[in-house]
Amino acid sequence: MTPEELEQIAESEREAQKRFTHRVHVCVAAGCLSCQSQPLKDALDKEVAQRGIGERCQVKGVGCMGLCAEGPLVSTSRGTMYKRATPADAGEILDSLEGQEVSRLVCPTDVPFFARQKKIVLENSGVIDPEKIEDYIAADGYRALIRVLTEMTPLEVIDQITKSGLRGRGGAGYPTGLKWSTVSKSVGTKKYVICNADEGDPGAFMDRSVLESDPHRVIEGMLIAAYAVGASEGYIYVRAEYPLAIKRLKTAIRQAERLGLLGSDICSTRFNFRIDLRLGAGAFVCGEETALIASVEGKRGTPRPRPPYPAMEGLFGEPTLINNVETFANVPPIIRNGGEWYARIGTEKSRGTKVFALAGRVQNTGLVEVPMGITLREMVYDIGGGIPDGKEFKAVQTGGPSGGCLPSEFLDMPVDYESLARAGSIMGSGGMIVMDESSCMVDVAKYFMDFCMTESCGKCVPCRVGTYQMHRLLDTITKLSATPKDLALLEELCDLLKNTSLCGLGQSAPNPVVSTLRSFAEEYKAHVEDGKCPAGVCGSAKNEEPA
Amino acid sequence: MSRAANIKTLKIDGRDVSARQEETILDVARQNGIFIPRLCELSGLSTVGACRLCLVEVKGTNRLLPACVTRVEESMEVTTNSERLQRYRKSILELLLTERNHICSVCVSNGHCELQTLAQKLDITHVHFPYRYPKAAVDASHDRFVVDHNRCILCTRCVRVCDEIEGAHTWDVMGRGIDALVITDLNQPWGASETCTGCGKCVHVCPTGALSEKGRSVAEMLKRRQFLPYLTLMREDRE
Repeated sequence: MTPEELEQIAESEREAQKRFTHRVHVCVAAGCLSCQSQPLKDALDKEVAQRGIGERCQVKGVGCMGLCAEGPLVSTSRGTMYKRATPADAGEILDSLEGQEVSRLVCPTDVPFFARQKKIVLENSGVIDPEKIEDYIAADGYRALIRVLTEMTPLEVIDQITKSGLRGRGGAGYPTGLKWSTVSKSVGTKKYVICNADEGDPGAFMDRSVLESDPHRVIEGMLIAAYAVGASEGYIYVRAEYPLAIKRLKTAIRQAERLGLLGSDICSTRFNFRIDLRLGAGAFVCGEETALIASVEGKRGTPRPRPPYPAMEGLFGEPTLINNVETFANVPPIIRNGGEWYARIGTEKSRGTKVFALAGRVQNTGLVEVPMGITLREMVYDIGGGIPDGKEFKAVQTGGPSGGCLPSEFLDMPVDYESLARAGSIMGSGGMIVMDESSCMVDVAKYFMDFCMTESCGKCVPCRVGTYQMHRLLDTITKLSATPKDLALLEELCDLLKNTSLCGLGQSAPNPVVSTLRSFAEEYKAHVEDGKCPAGVCGSAKNEEPA
Repeated sequence: MSRAANIKTLKIDGRDVSARQEETILDVARQNGIFIPRLCELSGLSTVGACRLCLVEVKGTNRLLPACVTRVEESMEVTTNSERLQRYRKSILELLLTERNHICSVCVSNGHCELQTLAQKLDITHVHFPYRYPKAAVDASHDRFVVDHNRCILCTRCVRVCDEIEGAHTWDVMGRGIDALVITDLNQPWGASETCTGCGKCVHVCPTGALSEKGRSVAEMLKRRQFLPYLTLMREDRE
């Protein structure tokens, strides 16, 4: 594959697309598929065939358009978006291409949910066919790879990434450029690049959507990373609970191999890289990098103490670069537009954009990409459209089981790595759950502790037994039978787990408790001292276990 | 690399000590008679850093580091026994004591148990977390040995000795979190294990009464570990 050949593929694909005067895009990512977008697409296909307009009208399955709550979503070349469309609406949707829009299905796109977003990672989501490499190439795909291979040295690539200020999107926010440079300087007989797609936070589906909507972007990001650090083999560790993402990744890898973009002598250079998939068997802890490596090696997925860090001694003892799906997905646009372009977006220390899975008590739930530094208020009230049913905002939970709950006084805080950490939460991988007054914060803390307890691998004592003890204490509190002594024990365990656990899971497991103890102390007090749950959640029959 | 670079000097609890660069803080502390509690580590086996009892403070980092896997560094300043560390160690030991059923008075290892000794040494007189009282099984299907999960602390010494020294890999861990369990083969009765060579190494590295020889009564089970440094030394020589 030469730059000219790539341009040729892009050109012929664009030509082919120009022949269609009308296009109908149907979301075929997991969110919309679950509300029957496939029958809808079939109905549209059938209708187009029946009308004999297949020459001018294209029906295309595309990735996620964001507003998952209103699926199935359909967008047309006239710029209209339809929500909750059913197969019965197919005819009307096609009629609308040349006539009046179907007003009862219209989903306005000039609302803040769409207008406030800035799409970099998701630029192709909802636009291209995720199962067609030509479509990705027509959208400037693999151009960054060709540029890197033909015009740039590995050092220059790392330099661009460093300049961009990109930080790890898996949650911890480690500077990506620094990680790449560490791996490139490490000595080993072989180096590996691993893409961490073991997204496990409850309520988070950013990585899944990216993989389902634009898998080639992640592959291209990995290729560029491999070139930069000198790796020849890559793994994508994706959880088996994402069958569609796995299927599309497999398709994408096969297509890239066929075009010579993966494999040996890529683009007639001496750069070789191949990618294998590894499926996670449903352990949250395998998102932790050392546990993930153990799992790829075929061992029990448990973490090990660091150092040595994977950058020095990783997979099979060799230097290994591990980045998250979203981190890799940011790489091609950074190379295409330059690190400085990316660094202009976002805040001083947190550059670029972040994809969030907005869930919980907001009008608009779904997948959004926003510039770093946007305030929580904008997230909840503008993009999220506010709290439904006239209820009062109570807290927003970020970072999943490792994060914390932020009350209303933090609403005007910018969303970036530092601010969230200062407020007692973390950026995390991008789950954002909004809660209203009907949620009990002790109950929420208990939910996350239950998650950590069942997901603890059991290797180190503080996490294994500590999460059990903490869950038991929270359970007592939610049964309204706790004493002030239990609260003291709970705080003691928070400190113990944070400081003595082996890996991030145990160290951050107390975060939901710590943050709610800090911001909602009076709620804990009401449970313990007055025997009351202010939200009316606890102590009811549903929390009583059968004797 | 020059030969001088292989030797590091550091301070442990204010004492100046020297060490080879591949040694861990725990190695050096042991050589100098500085006691650091640990349950999962055992000389001659690989280290896993799992029990978290050997955590120490190192000047310059606010993270606590496990002494058993942390390599020495030049001019490192290590504190092994601060008030904070003692508090954490006691809590961790207490958590272990609440996890399963550790009833010393009826245990074969009473008086020869590392968990018990450590608890005494750290002045644990009572446990301030609630006990779990799980219903744990006892597998006495093997001709000569017994595994009593009530006493197991999941240190995985048995798993490592069986894999690394004996080469049989009969033992492994199944399940996760609080439900994790050491098992023989694919969770078959020990007596039915096809891989077990009956060498008994696991029994003798076990820190508690979880693994014992049959026919031993309360307080009778003495663990003999001389084989481990001997075998390790022999193998190192051959390499």
